[in-house]
Amino acid sequence: MELLLEVEGLKKSFGGVAALRDGRFQLRAGTVHALCGGNGAGKSTFLKILMGIFSRDAGSIRRRGKEVEFANPADALASGIAIIEQELSPVPHMTVAENIYLGREPKARFGGIDFRAMNRSAQRLLDDLEFDIRATQYMMNLSVAQMQLVEIAKALSHDAEVIFMDEPTSAIGEREAQHLFAAIRRLQAQGRGIVYVSHRLSEIFQIADSYTVFRDGAYVGSGALADIDRPGLIRMIVGRELSEEFAKTNTPTSQPGIEVAALSCPNKIEDISFSVRKGEIFGIYGLMGAGRTEIFNCLFGLDRPSAGSIKVDGTEVSIAKPADAMAHGLALVTEDRKLTGLNLADSVRANICMASLPEMSPAFAMDRAREADASRGMREKFQIKAARDTMPVSGLSGGNQQKVVLGKWFLRNPKVLLLDEPTRGVDVGAKREIYRIISDFASSGGTVVMISSEIDEVLGMSDRIMVMRAGRSAGTFSREETDAQSLVHLST
Amino acid sequence: MPSRSSIYQPEEGKGVRSMAEESVMSVGDNKSANGWFGSEQRRLLIQEYGIFLAFVILVAVLSVSNEFFLTAGNISNVLLQTSINGVLAIGMTFVILTRGIDLSVGSVVALAGIVSASFVTSSATAGISGAPYPVALGLGIGLLVGIACGAVSGVIVSRFSVPAFVATLGMLSAARGMTLIYGGGRPVPALTPAFRWIGTGNILGIPAPVVILAVVFAVSWWILNRTRFGRYIYAVGGNPHAARTSGINITRTQFAVYVISGSLAGLAGMLLSARTGSALPQAGIAYELDAIAAVVIGGTSLSGGVGRVTGTLIGALIIGVMNNGLDLMGIQSYYQQVLKGALIVGAVMLDQKRNYGA
Repeated sequence: MELLLEVEGLKKSFGGVAALRDGRFQLRAGTVHALCGGNGAGKSTFLKILMGIFSRDAGSIRRRGKEVEFANPADALASGIAIIEQELSPVPHMTVAENIYLGREPKARFGGIDFRAMNRSAQRLLDDLEFDIRATQYMMNLSVAQMQLVEIAKALSHDAEVIFMDEPTSAIGEREAQHLFAAIRRLQAQGRGIVYVSHRLSEIFQIADSYTVFRDGAYVGSGALADIDRPGLIRMIVGRELSEEFAKTNTPTSQPGIEVAALSCPNKIEDISFSVRKGEIFGIYGLMGAGRTEIFNCLFGLDRPSAGSIKVDGTEVSIAKPADAMAHGLALVTEDRKLTGLNLADSVRANICMASLPEMSPAFAMDRAREADASRGMREKFQIKAARDTMPVSGLSGGNQQKVVLGKWFLRNPKVLLLDEPTRGVDVGAKREIYRIISDFASSGGTVVMISSEIDEVLGMSDRIMVMRAGRSAGTFSREETDAQSLVHLST
Repeated sequence: MPSRSSIYQPEEGKGVRSMAEESVMSVGDNKSANGWFGSEQRRLLIQEYGIFLAFVILVAVLSVSNEFFLTAGNISNVLLQTSINGVLAIGMTFVILTRGIDLSVGSVVALAGIVSASFVTSSATAGISGAPYPVALGLGIGLLVGIACGAVSGVIVSRFSVPAFVATLGMLSAARGMTLIYGGGRPVPALTPAFRWIGTGNILGIPAPVVILAVVFAVSWWILNRTRFGRYIYAVGGNPHAARTSGINITRTQFAVYVISGSLAGLAGMLLSARTGSALPQAGIAYELDAIAAVVIGGTSLSGGVGRVTGTLIGALIIGVMNNGLDLMGIQSYYQQVLKGALIVGAVMLDQKRNYGA
């Protein structure tokens, strides 16, 4: 059978450092193929070459047996390869149809745009895919998941036969993900080839039928997912045996760590109450927009609750700004490290010290020796892999960046750790290390509140789990009395 | 309106220690503190050395092509011409590092210049009643005017979230208007010799404005590189969201950088009127553009969080040396403006290429 896409011996180096040493890949028509690998495995480089953004140093790319050469993204599209990137870049003030046909609008008389024809064909495209989206809606009014579907429609409008999806579910909830999977299956049924890139193994096993694993810039292996189990796949990705995915060693004590009562913020959250004991890991599960992050924003002084009380260590506290929350021993690892966690232009050391500047340098002048010590300590503690701590944090892999964020907060010796999606976009190996860090923190008497949309993670790490639905709590359960099905059911 | 070069009166000076030497030293120190290795470090190194190299080449070319260029008198002259723009550009660096801009500095130069001059003039008609007052009072008032203008811009930007471009554009117009109202549109001449000293005097043979620039530079370098407040500035400019979640007071940091820029503009205004011996209501027009140019040529990113005050100083020197060199070659100031435009755009183009090509 003819292969839709065949890649062999793909190589790419940047300034003498090989990002991709041997990229190999085969895609058959009508299949969903998972491309797996840790951060730094060379997946992004591989994708960027196939998108026509990077030029390859060596290797061959064949589309239906024919050698192809891409000088720019337009060439890749013309040969039927479309990539839906992790970070979508829609034009928010344009309609869905305008976004789909951006740059190739149907012409009307006098050089104008034939809006009617454009809207009609866009709508036909969306309807064919059974997407419940109107072509005349403004992009900014769509949810992230809907934008993703529009990207798929856009890919198909180019008549792409090979569709790459890079971490498509990283910003959408479980129900929306199922919607996306339904769309993927329809594409599959049409005989197209879908390449699915994700760190979430449960999704890979749910949607894909074959896999290829990259590690350290090279092809490691491939096969049918039916022939491999989850530990086996993890072993290939990580390159070593992993005893247990979730390192959980903590036991909750009886002392209260943080108590939240009747917390409300208009149009965001309503009547949220929970109490977390010292040594406990408390999970918050829910869809995007269910009000999970909003709870943290209220707790950390980033948003003002209209009602409710917060107790830390049994004493009621008032928190008006992040500095207040920090003074009470709270630490917040935000959902998006690039947007709200790190100063990417600055060094690893500066980022680690960013939340402790007044404490580390009580005088106006910086205590540089102390900053260097603190940074070294955190890098050792969390095994942050950086050549030097004066290098920009943007040069680190996702997992190491996340550990820098954790280091920034652990430097303050927090009592309560608020974690919002602590392992998003982090590879399997680094995930385990982060789980160990969380677990150790709880074991030593820390209080952990963790938001996650990954069911396995919530179930694997939490002692109790609160499910959020439409800004309200849909109940709190201990990990023994609940399972994946009921969490998903409650959240929707 | 007098052109820039006619406001700057060439003056004599002797035994000048080269500012270029100082900047080499500080670039070098900075590097060894950061370490020499790693591609990112190398990139930063090239970035700073790149601008320094351009400066050295410029100086070398001018030295060879013109016998007068490397004379003590001329070097002193260049440094003097650079001192006012240098002070303004250093203040601008603080603002730009936080993703802001301060368009009002030229007008603040005029306002602070004329208000302080009115306190230290010996002319009975131009000054306020009781003038001349002691120099210290005049200087204090001038600084206060700058601080006040900066504080107003700072509040508007940090508290009311008005884009810096708009807030300081408003201040540009308002401060110019206040200058004209205050002086009735007339210059304030006949400043007391004691006041004029800050613009014309010497300390150990070095012109006073050059010494003032050196002090401003040293203090700014220390603040930006060695203090907590400096870290706040880089964090707020680099990622305001992350800075906020890390407990950094963004409002206060933003406010402070406009106050710094305003106070340095006040200082520059007094230097200018002290040098020319008269505070003109139309002084400082378009000075903000030269200050921004020096910052940009010096490699500071207009999108905030990245840049060094050493670069700004060299940027200001490059502009100064270029103007002087073209003057010496007898090239009209009209052409100088075209070349300066090309230099600004060229410097940023090279920067972009380095950043993306790496």
